Amino acid sequence: MSVQTYTPQAFHRQAHDALGNPQIRSNFRRAMDGLMDKRRSVFSEWDVETLRELGANIRLRALSRLPDLLEQLEANCQANGIRVHWAGDGDEACRIVREICQAREAKAVIKGKSMVSEEMHLNAHLEAAGIEALESDLGEYLVQLNEQTPSHIIMPAIHLNTDEISDILHDKTGTERTRDVDAMTAAARAQLRERFMAADVGISGVNFAVAETGTLCLVENEGNGRMTTTVPPVHIAVTGIEKVVEQLRDVPPLYALLTRSATGQPVTTYFNMISGPRRADEHDGPEEVHLVLVDNGRSAIYQDDELLDTLRCIRCGACMNHCPVYTRVGGHTYGTTYPGPIGKILMPHLMGLEATRDLPSASSLCGACGEVCPVKIPIPDLLVRLRKESVGEGRGNVPGAGVKRNRKEVFAWKSWQWLATHPGAWRAGTGMAGKLRGLAPSTLRPWTDYRTAPKPASTTLHALVKRHRQDHDTTGESES
Amino acid sequence: MSARETILKRLRERADGALSAPESDFSVMTGRGWTPAERLARFESMITAVHGEVHHAARGEWTQALAAVLRDKGVTRLGVGREHPVAVEARAALADGGVMLVDADRDIAAWSREQFETLEAGLTSTRGAIAETGSLWLWPTPDEPRRLSLVPPLHIAVLDAETIEDTFFDVVEAHGWAQGMPTNALLISGPSKTADIEQTLAYGVHGPRELVVIVRHADAPGQADA
Repeated sequence: MSVQTYTPQAFHRQAHDALGNPQIRSNFRRAMDGLMDKRRSVFSEWDVETLRELGANIRLRALSRLPDLLEQLEANCQANGIRVHWAGDGDEACRIVREICQAREAKAVIKGKSMVSEEMHLNAHLEAAGIEALESDLGEYLVQLNEQTPSHIIMPAIHLNTDEISDILHDKTGTERTRDVDAMTAAARAQLRERFMAADVGISGVNFAVAETGTLCLVENEGNGRMTTTVPPVHIAVTGIEKVVEQLRDVPPLYALLTRSATGQPVTTYFNMISGPRRADEHDGPEEVHLVLVDNGRSAIYQDDELLDTLRCIRCGACMNHCPVYTRVGGHTYGTTYPGPIGKILMPHLMGLEATRDLPSASSLCGACGEVCPVKIPIPDLLVRLRKESVGEGRGNVPGAGVKRNRKEVFAWKSWQWLATHPGAWRAGTGMAGKLRGLAPSTLRPWTDYRTAPKPASTTLHALVKRHRQDHDTTGESES
Repeated sequence: MSARETILKRLRERADGALSAPESDFSVMTGRGWTPAERLARFESMITAVHGEVHHAARGEWTQALAAVLRDKGVTRLGVGREHPVAVEARAALADGGVMLVDADRDIAAWSREQFETLEAGLTSTRGAIAETGSLWLWPTPDEPRRLSLVPPLHIAVLDAETIEDTFFDVVEAHGWAQGMPTNALLISGPSKTADIEQTLAYGVHGPRELVVIVRHADAPGQADA
């Protein structure tokens, strides 16, 4: 199997390749259709709009008090015995994690699913320091064995089919080839149990961090999250600073929204709430628990009233599952840690609009993402805002703003604006365009790959209507 | 300036000014108004839908149900605590049987590998359950440590029918969770599962392959809930 590196700069080529790959097309189509159906049926007994309103409201309330809540979270975690660290960017977060590992002379780290750790490129950092970092979520494990990155934030290996997974397990771990999913799962279980026992440190993400009680909540089905946070002597949780919620009572609505939106499940197998390392009288659980609060661009997004909504996200992936673009090109095409609609509104902040210039425009603005978002992020509006920023028509609050500004394009639109507000010039211009229509170009770069180039009409619509009225002048009179 | 100070300063000196916090209306999360019978039926249908196995027993006869489950599943080594009434009663009932009772209330360093490799089942009590989602509520204790419900391939949980409540929100509120959280609080809804291989559901990927819930009824099952 060929292993490829994807970048957001190569979005167009990657999209072209993915669209021509029947395997990718069918894997994603089938999976996304199934997920959309499941979500619809699991919300059927709910007043889903009221629940979404509450979810949005809880996240907005948390963001409105963000600095206070982070301090409260820190104080309550510390009171519970959790050590709290702050990281300005991904590199600093990696260094903090590495130093905790080195202080314990850790050689092997086992990881639960964490998109923030993907965002930080933590595994590569630890490996460079001679610390092996092994993913334990089955999908993440398969993707790591295959030297790839996740193609979906909830289902990392959704791009692989059963045969490919059988080959990966065979080639990388010596597992006998099989199409039996239970047998492959059992093989992975056995392989990973050894690694849980041997791991010096467990690293996880956080779904919700509760300021009121200093509690870290983890949502999962497999049990690898519980293993990661229970078996090794040290647990390090890494999270973006926006994941904090104010109160414990804020958690049930967000959890209800998260599982239903993500996979159409009314609940996951495990909801794991951690409020400290093992106490003196307890017999298992980690001796140390660390929380690393990672900014990495989030405090910059926080400054702007409109862009702030990006930080409401609870990482369910529903926007991907319902996106006509994501469903066709798959997650790797985006070349970014977070793919799909949420990736398109988040990654420009983390990587800058130079690198991600094609992402905000890789959308038909159909609005499906905004309609299914459990916390009502107006994703289409944010895509439009980022398009404006990329051509220098926004507020300049995104790194790389103005990168797509093109003097010819600006001139063309300014001319259009002038013409459209000066009727005399407009009439002369459109009349002239009709006469010179033979000179219109017959190819317009990618637009005409699959389409005929548009040509000005020989007669303008205004002129046609006028002539029509003259021909049927009784109608015209009766209407006036 | 430290990262902490820098981050907090940036957030406090927000360019577009301070934000106001909306009030939240939580009514959608509560007020299901189910009867005890409806609650039990809902709990059972939800947890069996995700492969949980439910057995009913009268309060005084639940250990017979436990013995039957152990026999059916061929369990010979059962991890169990010593102090909780569930553990005390289970130990008394199984004392003469063919099942080896493994003490769960020991420092894990002494038996980590043994637990991984030889323990066939773990028995725990539960604090309650949630009807809406078919979830068990566990707060691990020194007597019933965290791994007892996680590492063995079979988890047997004992639940009293009258401790089932409507929603997660109801449980958090009614029991004042915010006033004192344990080091680890868990909701468990079925055995461990994954759909990471082409969306095909498989059980027991990391945690238990099977979850058995023994529901204890104050009266004989069926009578109290009819």
